[in-house]
Amino acid sequence: MKNIAETGNKGKGVRSDCYVTLQLTNEGGLNINLESKVKVLYGKNIISLTEKIFKQFGIENANITIEDTGALDFVIAARIEAAIHQLTERDNEYLPEMLKESKYKTTKEKYRFTRLYLPGNSPSLMLNAGIHKPDGIILDLEDSVAPAKKAEARFLVRNALRAVDFYGAERMVRINQIPAGLDDLDYIIPHNVNLILVPKCENPDQIKLLENKISLIKKKHKINDSFWLMPIIESTLGVINAYQIAISSPNIVAMAIGLEDYTADLGAKRTNEGTESFFARCQVVNACRAAGIQPIDSVFSDVSDMEALKQNVLKSKSLGFDGMGCIHPRQIKVIKENYAPDADEIEKAKKIVLAFYDATEKGLGVVSLGSKMIDPPVVKRALSSIDTAINVGKLSKDWRNEVI
Amino acid sequence: MNSKELVKNAIGRMVPTEVNGKTLIPFMGVGKYKPTGRKYAPMIATCADYPSDGNKTVPSLKDALIKAGLKDGMTISTHHHFRNGDLVANQIFQIASEMGIKDLVWFPSASFECHSALIEYLKDGTIHHIEGSMNGSLGRFTSGGNMKGVGVLRSHGGRYQAVQDGDVKIDIAVIAAPTADPFGNANGVNGPAACGLLGFALADSQYADKVIVVTDNLVPFPCIPWQIHGNYVDYVVKVDQVGIHEKIVSGTTEITKSPDRLLLAEMTAKFCEQTGIIHDGFSFQAGAGGTALSIGIYFADILKEKGMKSRWARGGSNKYLVKMLEEGLVEYILDGQTFDLEGVRSMRENPNHVDTSPFTSYNYHSKGNFASMVDVTILGATEVDVNFNANVVTHSDGILLHGIGGWQNCLFSKCTILPIPLFRDRIPVIKDEVTTICGPGELIDVIVTERGIAINPLRKDLIEKMKGSSLPVKTIQELKEEAEKICGVPDKPVFGDKIVAIVKWVDGTVIDIVRNVVN
Repeated sequence: MKNIAETGNKGKGVRSDCYVTLQLTNEGGLNINLESKVKVLYGKNIISLTEKIFKQFGIENANITIEDTGALDFVIAARIEAAIHQLTERDNEYLPEMLKESKYKTTKEKYRFTRLYLPGNSPSLMLNAGIHKPDGIILDLEDSVAPAKKAEARFLVRNALRAVDFYGAERMVRINQIPAGLDDLDYIIPHNVNLILVPKCENPDQIKLLENKISLIKKKHKINDSFWLMPIIESTLGVINAYQIAISSPNIVAMAIGLEDYTADLGAKRTNEGTESFFARCQVVNACRAAGIQPIDSVFSDVSDMEALKQNVLKSKSLGFDGMGCIHPRQIKVIKENYAPDADEIEKAKKIVLAFYDATEKGLGVVSLGSKMIDPPVVKRALSSIDTAINVGKLSKDWRNEVI
Repeated sequence: MNSKELVKNAIGRMVPTEVNGKTLIPFMGVGKYKPTGRKYAPMIATCADYPSDGNKTVPSLKDALIKAGLKDGMTISTHHHFRNGDLVANQIFQIASEMGIKDLVWFPSASFECHSALIEYLKDGTIHHIEGSMNGSLGRFTSGGNMKGVGVLRSHGGRYQAVQDGDVKIDIAVIAAPTADPFGNANGVNGPAACGLLGFALADSQYADKVIVVTDNLVPFPCIPWQIHGNYVDYVVKVDQVGIHEKIVSGTTEITKSPDRLLLAEMTAKFCEQTGIIHDGFSFQAGAGGTALSIGIYFADILKEKGMKSRWARGGSNKYLVKMLEEGLVEYILDGQTFDLEGVRSMRENPNHVDTSPFTSYNYHSKGNFASMVDVTILGATEVDVNFNANVVTHSDGILLHGIGGWQNCLFSKCTILPIPLFRDRIPVIKDEVTTICGPGELIDVIVTERGIAINPLRKDLIEKMKGSSLPVKTIQELKEEAEKICGVPDKPVFGDKIVAIVKWVDGTVIDIVRNVVN
């Protein structure tokens, strides 16, 4: 075991975080050295939190330095706990209180147009993520976290799941690739994660391993909830196995494609036109539709070009995708608006839905519009379009009254 | 100063009745204090005393200061159009210090970090105290209780008021000018240190006993345009450099990339749209910060979409506002300062881009001013309290860090909106009581935060208009509680007994004080 532990972030541009240096000693009690830009306002609070954590872990002697840039309690606690775990083996945890606002569940059918990626070890981005109203928020433990920071990121993500209000966005975590990612589950399953993203998924066995581990944790913590899964297909093998993966668990609600790794695996250059990934995208869309789950497209990496993003979304929608990852909050609105039905689609859907209600009220088994009979799947799609339009604010909830 | 000598003013703050040997009037309420009598007037000058060939040049700033009669206890004024690129103010006090002069009062229209060099002259007794603003390092120095006298914070309009009613008598005004002629005519639009205009030096030129123009771009008479009239000027000094160009105006001002700030800007613009504040012919003022710049972009989009235009906008101007002017979305820019090169260019070339001064815009002793005619003004604040009182000079830890600028004056607009994040690096912005009251809540109409919009209960009309809006309207109390739930309830800073600065209201009365910080 190491002698000195260091966790967290400091340096230029780091905000709402802290850097903890910990040394366990044999005598002399707890020496807490706090350097904080909010010391005048929260110094006492931070000291008493620190003492409480050490008490819980039964540590009486240590030298702790906290370099704080305005971290909230859940961040400070995660950093300290991660530091303690670097130095000692303790089967103990310090959990911030679970917000009652964080206890919501999501449904399988929920819209997933937009899901915002947040690096799992960067607390400053977590606090306001929900106010940008993505459909989902992904706390990422995988590619956005440096290997040396993976362990401490788990504590931060766990605490964020408990203490940060994401304002109704689906609470998602991207774990590491199976099998390494299985160890991440202990930090998220007991803390009301709604959906788990499974990166670099290549075969149904990975999903089986995942489900087994989830069952064990559920049993241990006496949890009955379902945890939705979203495998991400990022390799040629994954693309070939897409359908088998999609049907490998009833908890899979969506499947995404990740093109950066896929094109590398394919040995092709990733282009804006995307010819090289056309097959893979179609394959994933087809697999998802066949399995009755949502097909989700790869992220668009130029965060400054909203027009290019819009074109990308329209193209993605035309291929059959239902959503896309976001790497910047400003992408949310553009993505949502362009996956959502456009004005023509809404007008058409309104007519069909009105005809459907009319037929239902009259007890007719067949929906017709003018002289045309409307098939049930068309009605279903129209109902879904109307729902979506209301959901993204393109249509008033009261649209039927407004029409009449 | 002993606290028993303090009296409670109309907003409930305990304020002194005397500092720096001058009698003070406690704040009486908005628009209540109406002094009578005649305005202060400068000394009578006689043109026979000035060179008939119009050449007022002297070899150096030191010569000019000596000729102007620099001596202990004088009040020396400067302007802040060069912002953080000013090279002149520090020189004045360096010269004074070398001459052994003591107890000067520095009366700048604002201070910047470049003026932290003056701490040396505050320490050696050359400067007794500052009346203007104490930003950054100067603020920290002041908060530490280290300034000999008591700092006086005034708004841009309050500065004009203080000059006009004789509260401040300027002994020597030193006006750094991007271009000037030997007679003293000067402007800010041309020359290597071009800053657009010199409006903040206007009162100084008219009311100071002695006026020195310092330039690095001396042109033969006449210097056109003459934003400062040479007829007020005693001496002209040519130096190598008056300001650092890239610190005076940025080549580009950019809208914020912060998604949270963009959201604030978008919510603010939507609020203005939904309440009908944006209408054909409306007027607006937005500051220089990234959020304010972005609001301009959203305004432009809304105007375009609705086929409307704004009759006039108040500067500080920047490339985005200039673009609106050039696209016909705004008919006039009435500008107090130019923030970037596009602003300077536009002011030089476009007759509809007009330079203004605190006299026209903000002055309490004018027969009306523009500030109250603006339909909507977007401002910032370090803190707001549950009564909508706001603070712009100190931070929540009690330290003085900013000046008032035109902020107090702008509060008189028809609708004042403060878009501010609910908390900054854990520090909640909404308090039970602000650390320092700079603006009374009755003048602050709306607080826009990323988690909700609070409308001042006095604005029943706005509350009514926002009923049924998709924007999250909450009470200010709810917003405060929301922030404290996230951040925790902060402790209060511990202040000492020493009053280190007083905050003047636009009429010259004392609205609050700043005490030294102990912790």
